[in-house]
Formats: sequence, structure tokens, C-alpha cells
Amino acid sequence: MMEYVIATATALTMLGGAFFALSAAIGVVRLPDVYSRMHAASKAGSVGSGLLLLAAGLYSGELAIFARAAAGVVFLLLTAPVAAHLLAKAAHDTGHKLWELSVGDDMEGR
Amino acid sequence: MIAPFVLVSAAAAVTLAILGIAFVLTAYRVITGPTLPDRILALDTLTGIAIGFIAVIAVKTRFTLYIDIAIALGLVGFLATVAFARFVLSRGRPETRPLPAGDEQAVTPVPGDTAGKAR
Repeated sequence: MMEYVIATATALTMLGGAFFALSAAIGVVRLPDVYSRMHAASKAGSVGSGLLLLAAGLYSGELAIFARAAAGVVFLLLTAPVAAHLLAKAAHDTGHKLWELSVGDDMEGR
Repeated sequence: MIAPFVLVSAAAAVTLAILGIAFVLTAYRVITGPTLPDRILALDTLTGIAIGFIAVIAVKTRFTLYIDIAIALGLVGFLATVAFARFVLSRGRPETRPLPAGDEQAVTPVPGDTAGKAR
């Protein structure tokens, strides 16, 4: 019975992670400028990778390996915003424009 | 009642298919740009999807060492994105005339504003 619980949880977590990874990819393709693409890729992408890692840790059935996967997820959640912010700041500093229909730019002239 | 192993295998197959579609879409963005930050962002997303691939392979093969490999790939991807961001900073403006000689500021700062512009 316990095997069924773990297998079902693993399958659902994997499918959820795949859904988030796919939505991140669709956002990267469909959104209009660098900054909105960054919003899609950094949030949905890190959640997708994190869920897939958690599924791998869960299916192993050992606490040590699950803790390692959880540490990997924490690392992802810590570094993805930093990388996205650095890249957005670099793009903005070098004069990459926002989308024409954007309403405002609080970093204008900084 | 299906066996748990079969359930996980089927879910892993579906997951690999979806991740393949996501990989192709992101590769399209790497190819078509249009700017350098777009390509860097898409490469970052590709490393994230590759981490997902490795995790699903770890589930399929029951070989848990793959989780460590996925974590190492995450570290490398983060460092690569940071280095690329530095590179974008040193590149200057996109699609404009080359900067005049002796002017190494990519963007002319507002007078009295000394923030930013870290090199």
C-alpha cells in the first residue's frame, strides 16, 4: 500500500514539474520582451526543475537522498532570482528597450 | 490494479515527452534571439529543463546518483548566467552606432547620479 502512495505521489509530482517547465518554455517563446520572458523563465522554470528533483528524491525512498534533492531545490530557489535580476539589470543598463506597450519604467535614467 | 512500477514508468515517459517539447521551444528562442540577453535567458531555461530531464532519468533507472549530477548542473548553469550578465554589461548598447573613442560608459548617466555602472 505504501508503495502505491509513493508511486502516485511521484507520478503526480513529475507531471506537475513537466507542466511548469512547459509553461516556462511557452512563456519564453511567446512573451514580447526580455523582461517579461525573464519573469516566465525564472519563476516557472525553477518551480518545474524543483518539482522534478523532488519527485526523484521522493521515489528513492531514502531520507538522505530526499534531503539531498531538497537541498538542490533550495539552491535553485536561491539562485534563480539572483541570476534573473543580474541579467535584467545588465540588459537595462546597456539600453535594451522594454516592449512598446509597456506602461512605465521605474529604472528610467538610472 | 496496476503495479506501482508501471505507473511511475508511464508518468516518466509522458514527462520526458513534455520536457522534449519544452526543450525544442526554448531552443527556438535561442536561435531567433533577437537580442543577446534573450539568448542568455533561453540558455538558462535550457539548463533548467536539462536538470528536469536528469531527475526523470533518475526516477526511471532508480539510480540516485543522478540527483547529484543535476545539482552540479544547476550550479554550473547559475555561474554561466552570472558570467554572461557581466559580459552583457561590458558589451555596451545593442544595435547602435559604435561608441565614440574614449567613452567607455555604455549609457550616459544622469548628472548627480553615481549609482550603478559597476564594472
